[in-house]
Amino acid sequence: MIRSRLARLRRFAAMAAVATVALSACAASERGEGGGGTGGTLTFGAAGAPSLFDPFYASDGETFRISRQIFEGLVGIEPGTSNLEPELATDWQPSDDGLQWTFALQEGITFHDGTGFDANAVCANFERMFNQTGAGQSDANSYYWIQNFGGFADGAAPSLYESCTAENPTTAIITLTRNTGKFPALLSLPAFSMQSPAAMEQYQANNVQAQGEGFVYSEYATSHPTGTGPFRFTTYDEANGTVELARNEEYWGEPAELDRLIFRVIADETARRQALEAGEIDGYDLPSPADWQGLRDAGFDLQVRDPFNILYLGISQKDNPALRDLRVRQALAHAIDQETLVSSALPDGAEVATQFYPRTVDGWAENVQKYPYDPERARRLLAEAGQPNLTIDFYWPTEVTRPYMPDPQSIFGAIREDLEATGITVNPVSRPWAGGYTETTQVGGAPVFLLGWTGDYNSPDNFIGTFFGSPEGMFHTGQSPWGQELADRLRAADAEPDEQTRIAMYEELNRSLMAEYLPAVPLSHSPPAIVTRENVDGLIPSPLTAEEFAPVSISE
Amino acid sequence: MLRYTVRRFGQLLLVVAALSVLLFVWLRSLPGGPVSALLGERGTPDSRAQLTEALGLDEPIYVQYVRFLGRALSGQFGTSTGVQPGDDALAIFVQRFPATIELASLAIVLAVAAGIPLGYLAARRRGTWLDNTGVVTSLVGVAVPVFFLAFLLKFVFAVKLGWLPTSGRQTAGIDATRVTGFFVLDGLLTREWDAAWDSLEHLILPALALASIPFAVVFRITRGAVLDVLDEDYVRTAYAKGLTDRVIRGRHVLRNAMLPVVTTIGLQTGALLSGAVLTERVFAYQGVGQALAIGFERRDYAVLQVVIIAAAMVYVVVNLIVDLSYAVIDPRVRT
Repeated sequence: MIRSRLARLRRFAAMAAVATVALSACAASERGEGGGGTGGTLTFGAAGAPSLFDPFYASDGETFRISRQIFEGLVGIEPGTSNLEPELATDWQPSDDGLQWTFALQEGITFHDGTGFDANAVCANFERMFNQTGAGQSDANSYYWIQNFGGFADGAAPSLYESCTAENPTTAIITLTRNTGKFPALLSLPAFSMQSPAAMEQYQANNVQAQGEGFVYSEYATSHPTGTGPFRFTTYDEANGTVELARNEEYWGEPAELDRLIFRVIADETARRQALEAGEIDGYDLPSPADWQGLRDAGFDLQVRDPFNILYLGISQKDNPALRDLRVRQALAHAIDQETLVSSALPDGAEVATQFYPRTVDGWAENVQKYPYDPERARRLLAEAGQPNLTIDFYWPTEVTRPYMPDPQSIFGAIREDLEATGITVNPVSRPWAGGYTETTQVGGAPVFLLGWTGDYNSPDNFIGTFFGSPEGMFHTGQSPWGQELADRLRAADAEPDEQTRIAMYEELNRSLMAEYLPAVPLSHSPPAIVTRENVDGLIPSPLTAEEFAPVSISE
Repeated sequence: MLRYTVRRFGQLLLVVAALSVLLFVWLRSLPGGPVSALLGERGTPDSRAQLTEALGLDEPIYVQYVRFLGRALSGQFGTSTGVQPGDDALAIFVQRFPATIELASLAIVLAVAAGIPLGYLAARRRGTWLDNTGVVTSLVGVAVPVFFLAFLLKFVFAVKLGWLPTSGRQTAGIDATRVTGFFVLDGLLTREWDAAWDSLEHLILPALALASIPFAVVFRITRGAVLDVLDEDYVRTAYAKGLTDRVIRGRHVLRNAMLPVVTTIGLQTGALLSGAVLTERVFAYQGVGQALAIGFERRDYAVLQVVIIAAAMVYVVVNLIVDLSYAVIDPRVRT
């Protein structure tokens, strides 16, 4: 009995050994010879997996952080600011009517696949974007094109883009259908980066398909992104949640200091902080303001960016008629103690917002109407409006933090207390961010709500044009007689070719927004932070969260 | 035996079919959805409507379900919108499942390796300090929430002492060759010993956290079962026959006490998946538990459907194996 059991055991052991040997025989190590570089490796903690590596189809920060290292646009952002600077174009000049833009291009630049960058490549990129079809035209894929250029070549919707002409290898002319103040600033968005036409063709970059409840992307977007940037794509190890880039040795500018740049996905914020403390990563973005002091005390290099965002109290005029009265909206503004809100519920360096975008954006106006904390005045305004017992449904989001709204619950709590102190009855409604919150607010279904925006580039239209450009948007300004007028004024300001006149128009708009319209209550601008280990040098924080890792170095 | 096996497989298919309907309806009845997750604060009423239509989410739910079934029959279970956007949901499961298996296997090995001998010893030395310590430890194991234990282990052994890594499956940039998706095994097969060791180090803390409940349960069941068997007539008879203590312990006591323990191990293996959701989240471990957590946050229907159905199948299959092993051990069960 025991003997037969032993025999069985031996047979099993022998089979296991044979299986292991057989498996290991066909499982050779694929390791290379090893780096040999001297620049070192920096590992940066990412909050989420990148959607894909073709920036044109992306709209999320985690994808763009990687894209910015691989790709470059015609225009770039001066490090540490929101100002434009030359990148692949050395210079750009508009025609008098603002419709034709002539870009002078850098010479001698090659994409990572060895093909040359020239005016034909520029036009191939724009034509590719303009000629999207099917799933490529979806908002989930071509978000930035639709937001900034509008329609596509099929003409279903008007497009800002008309054509691109390669006058000679170093001169590309882009023709627009109308003038807009946001051009060429919008070209600094990673979505409009220059990508290798040869690689896009080889790996069928435009092959995006709707499948089930999502989209399937091409081999180009998942494995072969090809730009001109200081780093080139190496691998995306999905099983381990890491994206690896290597220094582009043929880079046309100052080469990157690092040999390798790795982005490691750590979804949980506490886990990111602990990974930094344990030395497993060298930095991460958007540490919780509650951790700032602790990280500083522990010797980490915490850099606070200039704020380039806005948190506002949204007001929808759709369902609650009381909110269509300016005096009621003004009462809400006076009822909120913004100074206390900013000092108690927002990070150090946050500012009270006097209008809907930060001071660094063109058209910010000095002398706008302000709404100091004054509960008595708020009560008076409500009484005058015939709403002494105003009741509002106040929506706030759960399961989310945003740079402009690091802790929605505490912000909501502070505002609710202020409103109730003024005699307003608040019905709190919380919804998960992706579980009904944005869905409700975006269709105007939330009478009062918390929301905000981080600017994409330095243009007033990117803020107030996005918020109030449509009378039927989330604020439902069309319910007021001035809703269409506001939208028209925004469109006119954006279309003004003369820069000084345009800035004056935006200043006037900001004054009107705060005095005559007040479609929402601007609350604060919050500075997001980025943290690295102390042996990391050269990282310049960007207000647009557009950090470049090429000048970053790491010491042992 | 064959008929019994076929019948149980039939039951499994029924369970999966019913679950897929319930899951499909339930997920879509939750507030929000992939459109909200994809567009975030950048959506507008128009873009929401357009995307809802593009993804077919404007169709009646039964039409969506029929489409889902049609795709599923051809091997397409949908595309991720939140966990790994653009990736096939089944591919995500296949890619992450080895991670969870690796973690759950180590957890169950630790739980069994500690739970059975300690449970047996506690029963043999009933009322001694060993027994009392074991009982209290197992009570703590059951009572302390897994995520709290995970945080505690991580804070002490990874953050403060620095003995083990805080998160992930493998150190970033280690340049390891992937063969099976089981990182430790891959390291051994390719003789990349550093990679194998590194992966094992990443497994230890999450596995310890995950093993806490199964250890406690296995310990308590073993202890109770051994105490019961020790009182059985056949054990007294064996002693009376003059059999050695070793033979009685091995052949009569432990073997007979193992039946409920095997059942418990089966149930606990399935239950490990729910513990894995919390543990993987705390340790940023790229397994199916983490996919499930992120999937819920971002309303990733495709990934949630695949992972939950697959997890249910694993649970049912593990218990089927347990039942079949019962049938082998005790022929009365087959009828």
